Amino acid sequence: MPSDEEELYQEHILDHYEDPFHRGHLAGATHAHADKNPLCGDVVRIELQLDDAGKIVDLYFDGQGCVISQASASMLLEEMYGKTVDDIKQFSAEDMLKLYGPRLTPNRQKCCLLSWKVIQGAIHSPVDSNDER
Amino acid sequence: MPASATTPIDSSQLLSPKWRADFPILSEEVGHGRPLVFLDNAASTQHPRQVIDAMRDVYERDYANVHRGIHTLSERSTELYEQAREKCRAFINARHFHEVIFTSGATASINTVARSWGDANVGPGDEILVTIMEHHSNLVPWQQLAARTGATLRHVRMTGDGRLNMQSYAELLSERTKLVAVVSISNTLGTINPMREIIQQAHAAGALVLVDAAQSVPHMTTDVQALDCDFLAFSGHKMLGPSGVGVLYGKEALLDAMPPFLGGGSMINEVQLDTFTPAELPAKFEAGTPPIVPVIGMSAAVDYLQNVGLEAIHRHEQQLTRYCFERLETTEGLCILGPAPEHRAGLISFAFDRIHSHEFAQVLNDQFGVAVRAGHHCTQPLHRVMGITASTRASFYLYNTLEEVDQFLEGVAAVTKMFAPRGRKRKRKKPDE
Repeated sequence: MPSDEEELYQEHILDHYEDPFHRGHLAGATHAHADKNPLCGDVVRIELQLDDAGKIVDLYFDGQGCVISQASASMLLEEMYGKTVDDIKQFSAEDMLKLYGPRLTPNRQKCCLLSWKVIQGAIHSPVDSNDER
Repeated sequence: MPASATTPIDSSQLLSPKWRADFPILSEEVGHGRPLVFLDNAASTQHPRQVIDAMRDVYERDYANVHRGIHTLSERSTELYEQAREKCRAFINARHFHEVIFTSGATASINTVARSWGDANVGPGDEILVTIMEHHSNLVPWQQLAARTGATLRHVRMTGDGRLNMQSYAELLSERTKLVAVVSISNTLGTINPMREIIQQAHAAGALVLVDAAQSVPHMTTDVQALDCDFLAFSGHKMLGPSGVGVLYGKEALLDAMPPFLGGGSMINEVQLDTFTPAELPAKFEAGTPPIVPVIGMSAAVDYLQNVGLEAIHRHEQQLTRYCFERLETTEGLCILGPAPEHRAGLISFAFDRIHSHEFAQVLNDQFGVAVRAGHHCTQPLHRVMGITASTRASFYLYNTLEEVDQFLEGVAAVTKMFAPRGRKRKRKKPDE
Protein backbone atom coordinates (compact mmCIF):
# COMPACT_ATOMS: atom_id res chain seq x y z
CA MET A 1 0.00 0.00 0.00
CA PRO A 2 1.42 3.40 -0.92
CA SER A 3 2.05 5.83 1.92
CA ASP A 4 0.15 9.14 2.16
CA GLU A 5 3.19 10.93 0.91
CA GLU A 6 3.46 8.84 -2.24
CA GLU A 7 -0.18 9.50 -2.95
CA LEU A 8 0.27 13.23 -2.39
CA TYR A 9 2.99 13.55 -5.00
CA GLN A 10 1.72 11.10 -7.60
CA GLU A 11 3.69 10.88 -10.82
CA HIS A 12 1.07 12.64 -12.97
CA ILE A 13 1.04 15.53 -10.46
CA LEU A 14 4.81 15.92 -10.64
CA ASP A 15 4.46 15.77 -14.43
CA HIS A 16 2.10 18.75 -14.32
CA TYR A 17 4.52 20.57 -12.01
CA GLU A 18 7.52 20.09 -14.28
CA ASP A 19 5.69 20.31 -17.59
CA PRO A 20 2.65 22.50 -16.95
CA PHE A 21 -0.31 23.08 -19.25
CA HIS A 22 -0.42 26.66 -20.59
CA ARG A 23 1.90 28.35 -18.16
CA GLY A 24 2.67 31.85 -19.32
CA HIS A 25 1.04 35.05 -20.52
CA LEU A 26 -2.03 35.26 -22.77
CA ALA A 27 -1.73 38.27 -25.06
CA GLY A 28 -5.42 38.43 -26.01
CA ALA A 29 -6.81 37.98 -22.50
CA THR A 30 -10.25 39.46 -21.86
CA HIS A 31 -10.35 38.48 -18.19
CA ALA A 32 -7.66 38.06 -15.53
CA HIS A 33 -7.29 37.65 -11.80
CA ALA A 34 -4.51 36.91 -9.31
CA ASP A 35 -4.48 35.92 -5.66
CA LYS A 36 -2.15 34.49 -3.08
CA ASN A 37 -2.22 32.24 -0.09
CA PRO A 38 -0.99 34.50 2.73
CA LEU A 39 0.05 31.53 4.86
CA CYS A 40 2.76 30.40 2.50
CA GLY A 41 3.05 32.99 -0.26
CA ASP A 42 1.75 30.77 -3.08
CA VAL A 43 0.74 33.03 -5.98
CA VAL A 44 -1.42 32.20 -8.99
CA ARG A 45 -2.55 34.46 -11.83
CA ILE A 46 -4.99 33.23 -14.47
CA GLU A 47 -5.77 34.95 -17.76
CA LEU A 48 -8.80 34.02 -19.85
CA GLN A 49 -9.87 34.85 -23.36
CA LEU A 50 -13.66 34.58 -23.51
CA ASP A 51 -15.82 35.07 -26.63
CA ASP A 52 -19.22 36.78 -26.62
CA ALA A 53 -21.01 33.48 -26.13
CA GLY A 54 -19.03 32.79 -22.93
CA LYS A 55 -16.83 30.14 -24.47
CA ILE A 56 -13.22 29.88 -23.26
CA VAL A 57 -11.12 30.55 -26.37
CA ASP A 58 -7.88 30.18 -24.46
CA LEU A 59 -6.49 30.40 -20.94
CA TYR A 60 -3.07 30.67 -19.28
CA PHE A 61 -1.72 30.74 -15.76
CA ASP A 62 1.41 31.89 -14.07
CA GLY A 63 2.55 31.76 -10.48
CA GLN A 64 4.96 30.63 -7.83
CA GLY A 65 4.62 28.23 -4.99
CA CYS A 66 4.50 24.65 -3.87
CA VAL A 67 3.92 21.62 -6.08
CA ILE A 68 0.28 21.38 -5.06
CA SER A 69 -0.55 25.01 -5.85
CA GLN A 70 1.17 25.00 -9.24
CA ALA A 71 0.33 21.48 -10.42
CA SER A 72 -3.32 21.96 -9.48
CA ALA A 73 -3.43 25.19 -11.51
CA SER A 74 -2.09 23.31 -14.53
CA MET A 75 -4.62 20.52 -14.02
CA LEU A 76 -7.49 23.00 -13.66
CA LEU A 77 -6.61 24.86 -16.83
CA GLU A 78 -6.26 21.65 -18.78
CA GLU A 79 -9.68 20.60 -17.50
CA MET A 80 -11.32 23.91 -18.47
CA TYR A 81 -9.68 24.26 -21.89
CA GLY A 82 -12.39 24.50 -24.55
CA LYS A 83 -15.19 24.77 -22.02
CA THR A 84 -17.47 27.70 -21.05
CA VAL A 85 -17.90 30.27 -18.28
CA ASP A 86 -20.87 28.25 -17.06
CA ASP A 87 -18.66 25.19 -16.74
CA ILE A 88 -16.25 27.21 -14.57
CA LYS A 89 -19.13 28.45 -12.42
CA GLN A 90 -20.43 24.94 -11.97
CA PHE A 91 -17.01 23.53 -11.12
CA SER A 92 -17.10 23.38 -7.31
CA ALA A 93 -14.29 23.35 -4.75
CA GLU A 94 -15.10 19.71 -4.20
CA ASP A 95 -14.68 19.04 -7.93
CA MET A 96 -11.29 20.73 -7.76
CA LEU A 97 -10.11 18.54 -4.87
CA LYS A 98 -11.38 15.50 -6.76
CA LEU A 99 -9.54 16.58 -9.91
CA TYR A 100 -6.32 16.86 -7.90
CA GLY A 101 -6.80 13.39 -6.49
CA PRO A 102 -4.82 12.63 -3.31
CA ARG A 103 -6.55 13.42 -0.05
CA LEU A 104 -5.21 16.68 1.40
CA THR A 105 -5.10 18.02 4.95
CA PRO A 106 -7.00 21.32 5.45
CA ASN A 107 -3.84 23.43 5.15
CA ARG A 108 -2.80 21.77 1.90
CA GLN A 109 -6.36 22.07 0.54
CA LYS A 110 -5.80 25.82 0.58
CA CYS A 111 -2.84 25.32 -1.77
CA CYS A 112 -4.95 23.19 -4.10
CA LEU A 113 -7.94 25.56 -4.07
CA LEU A 114 -5.93 28.73 -4.80
CA SER A 115 -6.18 28.37 -8.60
CA TRP A 116 -9.85 27.42 -8.28
CA LYS A 117 -10.51 30.64 -6.33
CA VAL A 118 -8.55 32.64 -8.89
CA ILE A 119 -10.41 31.25 -11.92
CA GLN A 120 -13.75 31.91 -10.21
CA GLY A 121 -12.58 35.50 -9.65
CA ALA A 122 -11.22 35.84 -13.16
CA ILE A 123 -14.57 35.32 -14.89
CA HIS A 124 -15.81 38.44 -13.04
CA SER A 125 -12.67 40.49 -13.77
CA PRO A 126 -12.54 41.94 -17.30
CA VAL A 127 -9.01 43.13 -18.03
CA ASP A 128 -9.88 46.74 -18.90
CA SER A 129 -11.28 47.29 -15.41
CA ASN A 130 -8.46 45.77 -13.44
CA ASP A 131 -4.92 46.90 -13.01
CA GLU A 132 -3.39 44.00 -11.16
CA ARG A 133 -0.58 43.54 -13.56
CA MET B 1 32.02 16.64 1.83
CA PRO B 2 35.63 16.85 3.09
CA ALA B 3 36.00 15.96 6.76
CA SER B 4 37.93 19.16 7.38
CA ALA B 5 34.77 21.22 6.74
CA THR B 6 33.09 20.04 9.93
CA THR B 7 33.91 20.81 13.53
CA PRO B 8 34.15 17.75 15.77
CA ILE B 9 31.35 17.40 18.28
CA ASP B 10 32.28 18.13 21.87
CA SER B 11 30.08 15.57 23.55
CA SER B 12 30.81 17.05 26.99
CA GLN B 13 28.74 20.04 25.81
CA LEU B 14 25.70 17.89 25.03
CA LEU B 15 22.94 17.39 27.56
CA SER B 16 22.20 13.93 28.87
CA PRO B 17 19.48 12.13 26.90
CA LYS B 18 17.83 11.35 30.26
CA TRP B 19 15.88 14.61 30.09
CA ARG B 20 13.94 13.27 27.11
CA ALA B 21 12.28 10.72 29.34
CA ASP B 22 10.45 13.58 31.10
CA PHE B 23 8.55 14.44 27.91
CA PRO B 24 5.73 11.95 27.28
CA ILE B 25 4.92 13.35 23.84
CA LEU B 26 8.41 12.59 22.51
CA SER B 27 7.53 8.89 22.40
CA GLU B 28 4.62 9.59 20.04
CA GLU B 29 4.69 8.17 16.55
CA VAL B 30 3.60 10.18 13.54
CA GLY B 31 2.78 9.28 9.95
CA HIS B 32 3.12 5.54 9.52
CA GLY B 33 4.60 4.62 12.88
CA ARG B 34 7.68 6.81 12.66
CA PRO B 35 9.11 8.10 15.94
CA LEU B 36 8.46 11.82 16.30
CA VAL B 37 11.42 14.16 15.77
CA PHE B 38 10.17 17.50 17.01
CA LEU B 39 12.09 20.39 15.45
CA ASP B 40 9.44 23.12 15.62
CA ASN B 41 10.48 24.49 19.00
CA ALA B 42 10.70 28.11 17.92
CA ALA B 43 6.94 27.96 17.31
CA SER B 44 6.08 26.20 20.57
CA THR B 45 7.81 23.68 22.80
CA GLN B 46 6.72 20.42 24.43
CA HIS B 47 5.94 19.85 28.11
CA PRO B 48 7.82 17.78 30.67
CA ARG B 49 5.81 15.62 33.04
CA GLN B 50 6.72 18.06 35.85
CA VAL B 51 4.79 20.88 34.14
CA ILE B 52 1.82 18.68 33.26
CA ASP B 53 1.72 17.32 36.81
CA ALA B 54 1.96 20.78 38.39
CA MET B 55 -1.06 21.91 36.40
CA ARG B 56 -3.03 18.75 37.05
CA ASP B 57 -2.26 19.03 40.78
CA VAL B 58 -3.73 22.53 40.90
CA TYR B 59 -6.88 21.38 39.15
CA GLU B 60 -7.21 18.35 41.42
CA ARG B 61 -6.33 19.97 44.75
CA ASP B 62 -5.98 23.74 44.85
CA TYR B 63 -8.00 25.49 42.15
CA ALA B 64 -10.08 28.61 42.83
CA ASN B 65 -9.94 32.23 41.68
CA VAL B 66 -7.02 34.27 42.97
CA HIS B 67 -7.01 37.43 45.13
CA ARG B 68 -10.72 37.16 45.76
CA GLY B 69 -11.92 34.59 48.26
CA ILE B 70 -10.88 34.05 51.82
CA HIS B 71 -11.67 30.39 51.55
CA THR B 72 -8.94 27.77 51.62
CA LEU B 73 -8.74 27.04 47.90
CA SER B 74 -8.58 30.69 46.92
CA GLU B 75 -5.77 31.17 49.41
CA ARG B 76 -3.88 28.16 48.06
CA SER B 77 -4.29 29.26 44.45
CA THR B 78 -3.27 32.81 45.30
CA GLU B 79 -0.17 31.58 47.06
CA LEU B 80 0.87 29.39 44.11
CA TYR B 81 0.14 32.20 41.68
CA GLU B 82 2.27 34.72 43.59
CA GLN B 83 5.02 32.15 44.15
CA ALA B 84 5.09 31.82 40.36
CA ARG B 85 5.66 35.56 40.10
CA GLU B 86 8.61 35.35 42.45
CA LYS B 87 10.06 32.46 40.43
CA CYS B 88 9.72 34.44 37.22
CA ARG B 89 11.32 37.47 38.90
CA ALA B 90 14.32 35.43 39.94
CA PHE B 91 14.44 33.73 36.51
CA ILE B 92 15.06 37.04 34.72
CA ASN B 93 16.70 38.71 37.75
CA ALA B 94 14.22 41.57 38.00
CA ARG B 95 14.84 43.88 40.95
CA HIS B 96 11.25 43.83 42.17
CA PHE B 97 8.54 41.21 42.40
CA HIS B 98 5.92 43.66 41.07
CA GLU B 99 7.91 44.35 37.91
CA VAL B 100 6.68 40.98 36.62
CA ILE B 101 3.25 41.33 34.98
CA PHE B 102 1.48 38.18 33.84
CA THR B 103 -0.10 38.50 30.41
CA SER B 104 -1.49 36.05 27.86
CA GLY B 105 1.88 35.95 26.06
CA ALA B 106 4.64 38.01 24.52
CA THR B 107 2.20 39.51 21.99
CA ALA B 108 -0.06 40.79 24.77
CA SER B 109 2.99 42.08 26.66
CA ILE B 110 4.14 44.14 23.68
CA ASN B 111 0.65 45.41 22.95
CA THR B 112 0.30 46.49 26.58
CA VAL B 113 3.38 48.69 26.27
CA ALA B 114 2.26 50.05 22.89
CA ARG B 115 -1.19 50.95 24.18
CA SER B 116 -0.34 52.13 27.67
CA TRP B 117 3.13 53.63 27.51
CA GLY B 118 2.90 54.39 23.79
CA ASP B 119 -0.37 56.29 23.80
CA ALA B 120 0.75 58.32 26.83
CA ASN B 121 4.25 59.16 25.62
CA VAL B 122 4.44 59.11 21.83
CA GLY B 123 3.24 61.88 19.54
CA PRO B 124 3.67 63.44 16.10
CA GLY B 125 7.32 63.86 15.14
CA ASP B 126 8.46 61.08 17.48
CA GLU B 127 10.15 58.01 16.10
CA ILE B 128 9.98 54.34 17.03
CA LEU B 129 12.88 52.18 15.92
CA VAL B 130 12.35 48.55 15.01
CA THR B 131 14.45 46.20 12.90
CA ILE B 132 13.88 44.45 9.58
CA MET B 133 13.98 41.10 11.39
CA GLU B 134 11.09 41.68 13.82
CA HIS B 135 8.35 39.11 14.27
CA HIS B 136 4.95 40.57 13.31
CA SER B 137 4.15 40.76 17.04
CA ASN B 138 6.90 43.35 17.54
CA LEU B 139 6.08 45.23 14.36
CA VAL B 140 2.31 45.53 13.94
CA PRO B 141 1.66 47.03 17.43
CA TRP B 142 4.17 49.80 16.60
CA GLN B 143 2.59 50.36 13.17
CA GLN B 144 -0.72 50.74 14.99
CA LEU B 145 0.82 53.11 17.55
CA ALA B 146 2.34 55.21 14.77
CA ALA B 147 -1.03 55.39 13.02
CA ARG B 148 -2.78 56.47 16.25
CA THR B 149 -0.23 59.06 17.31
CA GLY B 150 1.33 60.41 14.11
CA ALA B 151 4.73 59.03 15.07
CA THR B 152 7.10 57.53 12.49
CA LEU B 153 8.35 53.97 12.37
CA ARG B 154 11.97 53.48 11.31
CA HIS B 155 13.68 50.20 10.46
CA VAL B 156 17.23 49.22 11.28
CA ARG B 157 18.78 47.45 8.29
CA MET B 158 20.67 44.17 8.25
CA THR B 159 24.09 43.12 7.08
CA GLY B 160 24.35 40.71 4.15
CA ASP B 161 24.66 37.75 6.51
CA GLY B 162 21.53 38.59 8.51
CA ARG B 163 22.91 40.46 11.50
CA LEU B 164 21.82 43.92 12.58
CA ASN B 165 23.67 46.68 10.79
CA MET B 166 24.91 48.63 13.80
CA GLN B 167 25.93 51.54 11.62
CA SER B 168 22.36 51.81 10.32
CA TYR B 169 21.21 51.65 13.94
CA ALA B 170 23.57 54.43 15.04
CA GLU B 171 22.46 56.60 12.12
CA LEU B 172 18.76 56.15 12.87
CA LEU B 173 19.03 56.86 16.61
CA SER B 174 18.31 60.51 17.36
CA GLU B 175 16.67 62.80 19.87
CA ARG B 176 13.38 62.02 18.06
CA THR B 177 13.69 58.29 18.96
CA LYS B 178 11.31 57.50 21.81
CA LEU B 179 11.57 53.75 21.79
CA VAL B 180 13.71 51.00 20.30
CA ALA B 181 11.70 47.76 20.01
CA VAL B 182 14.01 44.92 19.10
CA VAL B 183 14.10 41.15 19.05
CA SER B 184 16.90 39.52 21.08
CA ILE B 185 17.03 36.41 18.85
CA SER B 186 15.46 36.36 15.40
CA ASN B 187 12.90 33.56 15.13
CA THR B 188 13.74 33.21 11.41
CA LEU B 189 17.47 33.90 11.11
CA GLY B 190 18.51 32.70 14.54
CA THR B 191 20.68 35.81 14.88
CA ILE B 192 21.65 36.67 18.45
CA ASN B 193 21.51 40.45 18.58
CA PRO B 194 24.00 42.45 20.68
CA MET B 195 21.45 43.62 23.23
CA ARG B 196 23.85 45.28 25.70
CA GLU B 197 25.26 47.48 22.96
CA ILE B 198 21.82 48.25 21.50
CA ILE B 199 20.44 49.23 24.89
CA GLN B 200 23.44 51.36 25.88
CA GLN B 201 23.29 53.30 22.63
CA ALA B 202 19.53 53.81 22.90
CA HIS B 203 19.83 55.11 26.45
CA ALA B 204 22.64 57.44 25.40
CA ALA B 205 20.23 58.87 22.82
CA GLY B 206 17.48 59.21 25.43
CA ALA B 207 15.31 56.38 24.09
CA LEU B 208 13.75 53.47 25.96
CA VAL B 209 14.20 49.86 24.84
CA LEU B 210 11.68 47.04 24.66
CA VAL B 211 13.16 43.57 24.12
CA ASP B 212 11.12 40.87 22.41
CA ALA B 213 12.78 38.02 24.26
CA ALA B 214 10.41 35.24 23.21
CA GLN B 215 13.26 33.27 21.57
CA SER B 216 16.00 34.05 24.09
CA VAL B 217 14.48 33.64 27.57
CA PRO B 218 13.81 29.90 26.98
CA HIS B 219 17.32 29.19 25.71
CA MET B 220 19.86 31.29 27.60
CA THR B 221 20.30 33.16 30.86
CA THR B 222 18.40 36.44 31.03
CA ASP B 223 19.34 39.22 33.44
CA VAL B 224 17.19 42.30 32.98
CA GLN B 225 19.27 44.33 35.44
CA ALA B 226 22.52 43.58 33.64
CA LEU B 227 20.83 44.27 30.30
CA ASP B 228 19.25 47.44 31.70
CA CYS B 229 16.32 47.03 29.28
CA ASP B 230 13.20 49.06 30.04
CA PHE B 231 10.66 46.43 28.97
CA LEU B 232 11.04 42.76 28.14
CA ALA B 233 8.42 40.33 26.82
CA PHE B 234 8.31 36.53 26.68
CA SER B 235 5.87 33.62 26.42
CA GLY B 236 5.40 30.49 28.52
CA HIS B 237 4.70 28.17 25.61
CA LYS B 238 8.14 28.59 24.08
CA MET B 239 9.85 27.50 27.33
CA LEU B 240 8.17 24.18 28.17
CA GLY B 241 5.14 25.91 29.68
CA PRO B 242 1.53 26.10 28.52
CA SER B 243 0.15 28.48 25.91
CA GLY B 244 -1.98 31.44 26.99
CA VAL B 245 0.52 32.90 29.43
CA GLY B 246 3.53 35.17 29.27
CA VAL B 247 5.34 37.95 31.07
CA LEU B 248 5.80 41.65 30.65
CA TYR B 249 8.77 42.90 32.60
CA GLY B 250 9.02 46.68 33.04
CA LYS B 251 11.12 48.92 35.22
CA GLU B 252 9.14 49.93 38.30
CA ALA B 253 9.22 53.67 37.65
CA LEU B 254 7.95 53.21 34.09
CA LEU B 255 5.17 50.79 35.01
CA ASP B 256 4.14 53.04 37.90
CA ALA B 257 3.78 56.04 35.62
CA MET B 258 1.88 54.16 32.92
CA PRO B 259 -1.92 54.25 32.80
CA PRO B 260 -3.69 50.90 33.03
CA PHE B 261 -4.43 49.26 29.69
CA LEU B 262 -7.28 46.76 30.13
CA GLY B 263 -9.95 47.80 32.60
CA GLY B 264 -11.90 45.41 34.80
CA GLY B 265 -11.69 43.42 38.00
CA SER B 266 -8.41 43.17 39.95
CA MET B 267 -6.83 46.25 38.35
CA ILE B 268 -8.76 48.70 40.54
CA ASN B 269 -8.34 50.20 43.95
CA GLU B 270 -11.79 51.75 44.27
CA VAL B 271 -14.64 52.06 41.80
CA GLN B 272 -17.39 54.70 41.82
CA LEU B 273 -20.24 54.79 39.32
CA ASP B 274 -18.34 57.21 37.09
CA THR B 275 -14.71 56.82 38.09
CA PHE B 276 -12.10 54.42 39.38
CA THR B 277 -8.67 54.54 40.92
CA PRO B 278 -6.18 51.93 39.67
CA ALA B 279 -4.58 49.28 41.83
CA GLU B 280 -0.88 49.22 42.63
CA LEU B 281 1.55 47.13 40.58
CA PRO B 282 1.37 44.38 39.46
CA ALA B 283 -2.44 44.16 39.70
CA LYS B 284 -2.81 47.41 37.74
CA PHE B 285 -1.96 45.51 34.56
CA GLU B 286 -3.74 42.25 35.35
CA ALA B 287 -7.41 43.01 34.72
CA GLY B 288 -9.84 40.12 34.96
CA THR B 289 -9.22 36.58 36.13
CA PRO B 290 -5.69 35.77 35.02
CA PRO B 291 -4.56 32.49 33.42
CA ILE B 292 -4.10 31.01 36.89
CA VAL B 293 -3.16 27.44 36.08
CA PRO B 294 -0.99 28.34 33.06
CA VAL B 295 0.93 30.78 35.28
CA ILE B 296 1.57 27.98 37.76
CA GLY B 297 2.51 25.66 34.88
CA MET B 298 4.96 28.25 33.56
CA SER B 299 6.60 28.50 36.97
CA ALA B 300 7.03 24.72 36.99
CA ALA B 301 8.73 25.15 33.60
CA VAL B 302 11.05 27.76 35.14
CA ASP B 303 11.98 25.24 37.87
CA TYR B 304 12.64 22.61 35.24
CA LEU B 305 14.80 24.89 33.07
CA GLN B 306 16.83 26.03 36.09
CA ASN B 307 17.31 22.41 37.09
CA VAL B 308 18.74 21.55 33.65
CA GLY B 309 20.62 24.87 33.57
CA LEU B 310 20.20 27.65 31.00
CA GLU B 311 23.91 27.75 30.18
CA ALA B 312 23.94 24.01 29.60
CA ILE B 313 20.86 24.28 27.36
CA HIS B 314 22.53 27.00 25.31
CA ARG B 315 25.75 24.97 24.90
CA HIS B 316 23.77 21.88 23.86
CA GLU B 317 21.86 23.83 21.23
CA GLN B 318 25.08 25.41 19.94
CA GLN B 319 26.50 21.94 19.32
CA LEU B 320 23.39 20.75 17.48
CA THR B 321 23.20 23.94 15.45
CA ARG B 322 26.82 23.90 14.33
CA TYR B 323 26.56 20.21 13.46
CA CYS B 324 23.42 20.80 11.41
CA PHE B 325 24.65 24.03 9.81
CA GLU B 326 27.94 22.57 8.56
CA ARG B 327 26.20 19.60 6.96
CA LEU B 328 23.32 21.57 5.48
CA GLU B 329 25.32 24.38 3.92
CA THR B 330 27.05 22.07 1.45
CA THR B 331 23.71 21.00 -0.08
CA GLU B 332 23.60 22.31 -3.62
CA GLY B 333 20.79 24.81 -4.26
CA LEU B 334 20.15 25.29 -0.56
CA CYS B 335 20.58 28.69 1.05
CA ILE B 336 20.75 28.99 4.83
CA LEU B 337 19.19 32.24 6.05
CA GLY B 338 21.12 34.22 8.62
CA PRO B 339 24.62 34.26 10.05
CA ALA B 340 27.36 31.73 10.76
CA PRO B 341 26.90 29.39 13.75
CA GLU B 342 28.88 31.58 16.15
CA HIS B 343 26.31 34.38 15.78
CA ARG B 344 23.19 32.25 15.94
CA ALA B 345 20.97 30.49 18.45
CA GLY B 346 19.48 27.02 18.08
CA LEU B 347 17.58 27.32 14.85
CA ILE B 348 18.25 27.12 11.12
CA SER B 349 15.95 28.32 8.32
CA PHE B 350 16.72 27.70 4.69
CA ALA B 351 15.35 28.36 1.23
CA PHE B 352 15.86 26.11 -1.76
CA ASP B 353 16.03 27.52 -5.27
CA ARG B 354 13.39 25.28 -6.84
CA ILE B 355 11.65 23.43 -4.04
CA HIS B 356 9.00 25.13 -1.90
CA SER B 357 9.18 24.84 1.90
CA HIS B 358 5.85 23.00 1.85
CA GLU B 359 7.45 20.07 0.10
CA PHE B 360 10.22 19.87 2.70
CA ALA B 361 7.78 20.05 5.61
CA GLN B 362 5.38 17.54 4.08
CA VAL B 363 7.92 14.88 3.15
CA LEU B 364 9.97 15.37 6.34
CA ASN B 365 6.80 14.68 8.30
CA ASP B 366 5.34 11.90 6.19
CA GLN B 367 8.51 9.94 5.45
CA PHE B 368 10.83 10.85 8.32
CA GLY B 369 8.57 11.81 11.23
CA VAL B 370 10.32 15.18 11.46
CA ALA B 371 8.22 18.22 12.42
CA VAL B 372 9.58 21.47 10.98
CA ARG B 373 8.01 24.81 10.16
CA ALA B 374 7.29 25.87 6.59
CA GLY B 375 6.17 29.34 5.60
CA HIS B 376 7.05 32.89 6.60
CA HIS B 377 7.27 32.30 10.38
CA CYS B 378 5.44 35.61 11.03
CA THR B 379 8.28 37.60 9.45
CA GLN B 380 6.87 38.55 6.04
CA PRO B 381 8.88 41.80 5.67
CA LEU B 382 12.11 39.95 6.46
CA HIS B 383 11.35 37.27 3.86
CA ARG B 384 10.51 39.99 1.33
CA VAL B 385 13.84 41.75 1.97
CA MET B 386 15.59 38.45 1.29
CA GLY B 387 13.59 38.03 -1.93
CA ILE B 388 11.71 34.91 -0.86
CA THR B 389 8.17 34.21 0.31
CA ALA B 390 8.77 31.22 2.52
CA SER B 391 11.44 29.12 4.17
CA THR B 392 11.83 25.85 6.05
CA ARG B 393 12.90 26.08 9.68
CA ALA B 394 14.33 23.51 12.09
CA SER B 395 14.56 24.75 15.68
CA PHE B 396 16.16 22.82 18.53
CA TYR B 397 15.65 22.47 22.26
CA LEU B 398 17.16 20.66 25.19
CA TYR B 399 15.52 17.32 24.31
CA ASN B 400 16.77 17.12 20.72
CA THR B 401 19.68 14.83 19.85
CA LEU B 402 22.36 14.53 17.17
CA GLU B 403 20.56 11.43 15.88
CA GLU B 404 17.47 13.58 15.33
CA VAL B 405 19.52 16.15 13.45
CA ASP B 406 20.82 13.30 11.27
CA GLN B 407 17.25 12.20 10.61
CA PHE B 408 16.40 15.76 9.54
CA LEU B 409 19.46 15.98 7.27
CA GLU B 410 18.61 12.65 5.68
CA GLY B 411 15.09 13.91 5.04
CA VAL B 412 16.32 17.13 3.44
CA ALA B 413 18.61 15.15 1.13
CA ALA B 414 15.71 12.88 0.17
CA VAL B 415 13.47 15.84 -0.69
CA THR B 416 16.08 17.46 -2.92
CA LYS B 417 16.39 14.16 -4.79
CA MET B 418 12.66 13.53 -4.98
CA PHE B 419 11.85 16.91 -6.56
CA ALA B 420 14.88 17.18 -8.79
CA PRO B 421 13.89 18.02 -12.39
CA ARG B 422 14.03 14.90 -14.53
CA GLY B 423 12.50 15.98 -17.81
CA ARG B 424 9.00 14.80 -16.96
CA LYS B 425 6.30 15.10 -19.62
CA ARG B 426 2.64 15.55 -18.87
CA LYS B 427 0.34 13.18 -20.76
CA ARG B 428 -1.23 15.13 -23.61
CA LYS B 429 -5.00 14.86 -23.92
CA LYS B 430 -4.75 16.23 -27.47
CA PRO B 431 -1.63 16.27 -29.63
CA ASP B 432 -1.76 20.05 -30.30
CA GLU B 433 -1.61 21.28 -26.67
